[in-house]
Amino acid sequence: MKKTWWKILCVVILLYTIIQGLGGIVPRQPILNETIRNVYFHVPLWFGMMTLMTASVWFAIKYLRNGNIQDDEYSVEFANVAIFFGILGFMTGSLWGQYTWGDWLPKDPKIIAVEVGLLIYSSYFILRSSFEDEQRKARLSAIYNIFAFATFIPLVWILPRLTDSLHPGNGGNPAFGKYDMDNSMRMVFYPAIIGWTLLGVWITSLRIRLRVIERLGSN
Amino acid sequence: MQELKALIEKEIRLEWRQRYALNGMILYIVSTVFVCYISFALKIKGIEPITWNTLLWIILLFTAVNSITKSFTQERAGRQLYYYTLASPQGIILSKIIYNIVLLLTLSLIGLFIYIVFLGNPVQNLVMYLTAIVLGAIGFSSTLTMVAGIASKAENTSTLMAVLSFPIILPMLSMLIRLSKNAMDGLEWNTSYDEILILLAIDAIVIAISYLLFPFLWRS
Repeated sequence: MKKTWWKILCVVILLYTIIQGLGGIVPRQPILNETIRNVYFHVPLWFGMMTLMTASVWFAIKYLRNGNIQDDEYSVEFANVAIFFGILGFMTGSLWGQYTWGDWLPKDPKIIAVEVGLLIYSSYFILRSSFEDEQRKARLSAIYNIFAFATFIPLVWILPRLTDSLHPGNGGNPAFGKYDMDNSMRMVFYPAIIGWTLLGVWITSLRIRLRVIERLGSN
Repeated sequence: MQELKALIEKEIRLEWRQRYALNGMILYIVSTVFVCYISFALKIKGIEPITWNTLLWIILLFTAVNSITKSFTQERAGRQLYYYTLASPQGIILSKIIYNIVLLLTLSLIGLFIYIVFLGNPVQNLVMYLTAIVLGAIGFSSTLTMVAGIASKAENTSTLMAVLSFPIILPMLSMLIRLSKNAMDGLEWNTSYDEILILLAIDAIVIAISYLLFPFLWRS
């Protein structure tokens, strides 16, 4: 029970999110209309992705400090699931973009930033696959992970705020929190962030276990 | 400091002894510019300012990637082991970054000159444009030196170099293109402070991170 409570929490929150997201009452907004429900899915997926990426970098730093191969496994799997969440966020966002901005992929700094982020992590996996030796693979990919993260952060957080963006909260657009979301939406939105992040951690922990079993089996 | 000076001197001497590499890079940039000249300027009269700017930065990016790739591969593993016993890793990375800045600056200035000769000069604020070139050289060389260090450990260095460096250089490149576009339009300096500040910040972050991470890279 001690270790499973957060998984139960995750399932409960996500059920709540999905039920509220599909059937709950949402404010009517011009242009947005019913698509505002996507805010429970699209936005928390990004929050989850950022959390998972940060966790991946955290374990990369930890690996460099102590050289424990298990930290590397954590780092890789967090990156893997972060990419998965990134793709999901990308797809939900593109769907949303089609119905509000009239374009699947409008030219927007945030979308470009995310495409770059996905490119970075793809090259991270290419880098990993080009080494045979486990320790070497782990060390070099950890270095690249930290290095890329340090250049990725300004891209995501600073650049969209400087240029015109379609996203709320950037380039003079008011943020969602200001008046689009009423209190009943917030009651769903904040738990949704926690729920999706927990789901990401859950998937990661399963993948890590699989990886550890494979490692122990091959020895 | 002493160590840094000695190491930079070593890099320059090494480059001077293998002049063919340097000449090769210069020829590379000249022929690339010439290819662009043939492809654009001969057929259509003149070239759009935006295309002019972007094309120059792409040429510079590829030159930078090509010239910095050899940073870690031109010396043999045995010799690197020898440096490892002599110098601190921080000294090595800083000396390589500084040396690459000088190299890239030289190459970009030559490139810009030839580019202007062949494709005309639509730049109105040349000082600001040169600032962009200097900031670009610093940023490219600090990012690419570290990536070259990572890529040199693998088999397929040159592919890996491009794959690893392009995504992380993109934010810098977009800022540089924006700054140099401002310079081309001859805008006031105070409209571009944002870009200059961000570029300086990115450069500082990248150099600091390289300084911290290189010891781990050097050890393997």
